[in-house]
Amino acid sequence: MPVIKDAVCSLCGSLCDDITVTVEDNKITKIENACILGQSKFVGMFKHDRIETPMIRKDGELVPVPYEEAIEAAAKILVNSRRTLSYGWCSTSCEAVSGAIQLAEETGSVIDSTANVCHGPTALAAQEKGAPSATLGEIKNRADVIIFWGCNPVHAHPRHMVRYSSFSKGLFTEKGRKGRKMIVVDVRKTDTAKLADSYIEIEQGSDLLLVTALRSIVNGHEDVIPETIAGVPKAEVLELAETLKNAKFVCIFFGMGVTQSRSKYKNGDAMSSLISDLNQHTKAVMIGMRGHYNVTGFGQVATWETGFPMAIDFSKGYPYYNPGETGANDLLVRGEPDAAIIAAADPGAHFPQKAIRHLAKIPVIQIDPYANPTTEIADVVIPSAIVGIEAEGTAYRMDAISLRMKKLIESKFKTDEEIVKDLTAKVRELKRGA
Amino acid sequence: MKIKANLISGRTADQGAHLEAKTHKGYFDACAYCELNSADLERLGASEGDSLKVTTEFGEVVVFAKANEGNPEGLAFIPMGPWANAVLSPDTHGCGMPGFKGVPAEIEVTDEKPLEMKALMRKYLED
Ligand code: SF4
Repeated sequence: MPVIKDAVCSLCGSLCDDITVTVEDNKITKIENACILGQSKFVGMFKHDRIETPMIRKDGELVPVPYEEAIEAAAKILVNSRRTLSYGWCSTSCEAVSGAIQLAEETGSVIDSTANVCHGPTALAAQEKGAPSATLGEIKNRADVIIFWGCNPVHAHPRHMVRYSSFSKGLFTEKGRKGRKMIVVDVRKTDTAKLADSYIEIEQGSDLLLVTALRSIVNGHEDVIPETIAGVPKAEVLELAETLKNAKFVCIFFGMGVTQSRSKYKNGDAMSSLISDLNQHTKAVMIGMRGHYNVTGFGQVATWETGFPMAIDFSKGYPYYNPGETGANDLLVRGEPDAAIIAAADPGAHFPQKAIRHLAKIPVIQIDPYANPTTEIADVVIPSAIVGIEAEGTAYRMDAISLRMKKLIESKFKTDEEIVKDLTAKVRELKRGA
Repeated sequence: MKIKANLISGRTADQGAHLEAKTHKGYFDACAYCELNSADLERLGASEGDSLKVTTEFGEVVVFAKANEGNPEGLAFIPMGPWANAVLSPDTHGCGMPGFKGVPAEIEVTDEKPLEMKALMRKYLED
């Protein structure tokens, strides 16, 4: 009975690499160390609704077809489309992402990642102002003040606090939680906020105000701060600024509360400026709490290959990037794409109604191990192996550290990497014929 | 009785545990609800498990009522997923990101029942 140690959990951006997996008869029968999300990922694959065979929609219903037929149908859609959206590629390997970028280039498509509905504004802010960062290992060993701003790791990254942040013990932080100050800034008292030393409740959408106030104080201008700011009493804001200035090592972990609220990328931009101000007094870094386990990897691979981290438009023959124009949601809301290929992501569940309404009108190719809301509007469905369980590959943790995911069991399904290669080959063949 | 609320969406552990099991009833249970604090629920005359209709300028959706004392008054939370997205803002303000937090909403009790995932998605195909 093989027991595989140090497997990587391919669910969230924490990419925990200490999972022990027991395999019997090519089935995972026991998981140790994973959280409830990770457990569900590893064990769920035998219970969840796998897409068992390729399918094509005929007369409104998805009907099983041989693999070659699905690839051919998908390639035809791509070749006949004048403006294809390629979206997702974040719950898969960097190798698959690289293939997807090649396919997007070949077909003159726009390719975008799930950062479009997640940390896209963070990437924009990082391009504008930079993002002073550190590895999670550094934070575990050094950070004495940890802020969770607009994120809720108890729910979204359940092992983050134990492995890397507030509760972890490191070289210079051997007292663990007792030696660290944990602060939560949020609009509601989340389960993470309940564990904090201080919880700062801000008015929803006013993050930029609070960050700007903190910057003013850190830069010696507390006189400009009104009695309450962003719904927070001045005294509390002053105290927070003091704590930050007097820390040895500050890390601000931030999430969707910052990127999805009013001011969007300007929030990250201001946060980055605050970090740089704090670095006049102490050591401070910021890290986005990335959701999909390899959304960071998409950004890395896309940046090496095209110069941009997401929302890359190849229609001009060279990479062009302008997220408000070439982002997946903007394209769909404007009704621009005439076909879409969606892999390792689920816009059906995670895009607003107006974007989905357009997706429902155009041919959609889906590549995914599991049926999900996108399947309901897909026209060609190609099942794939689960990366990190049935296929190996590289992924990047939220701090941009790359980890190699193992293959734990055999699978009858092709990997995303193979599917994308087959598709590219078919597209080239059809184009030559044309 | 209708109340006005500021609607946000976000992750929960149950939603996350069903990320790859969205056709299961567990996903529906994990996402098709709206959390308000109990004072707001009382103003609506709703108890946990009752159906609420949430309306914004972008659409309407029926979800179950849930209490969460962590929410300040007037703040409504629906876990990220197709039910939340039926009413959140598609406007990205030129930076790619739709308005998933801070959408003005009206909430009222209804006799209708929340649609299960496939039925909800089918509406997009019929539109
Ligand atoms: S915290 Fe994230 S990576 Fe770690 S076990 Fe849980 S889901 Fe997996």
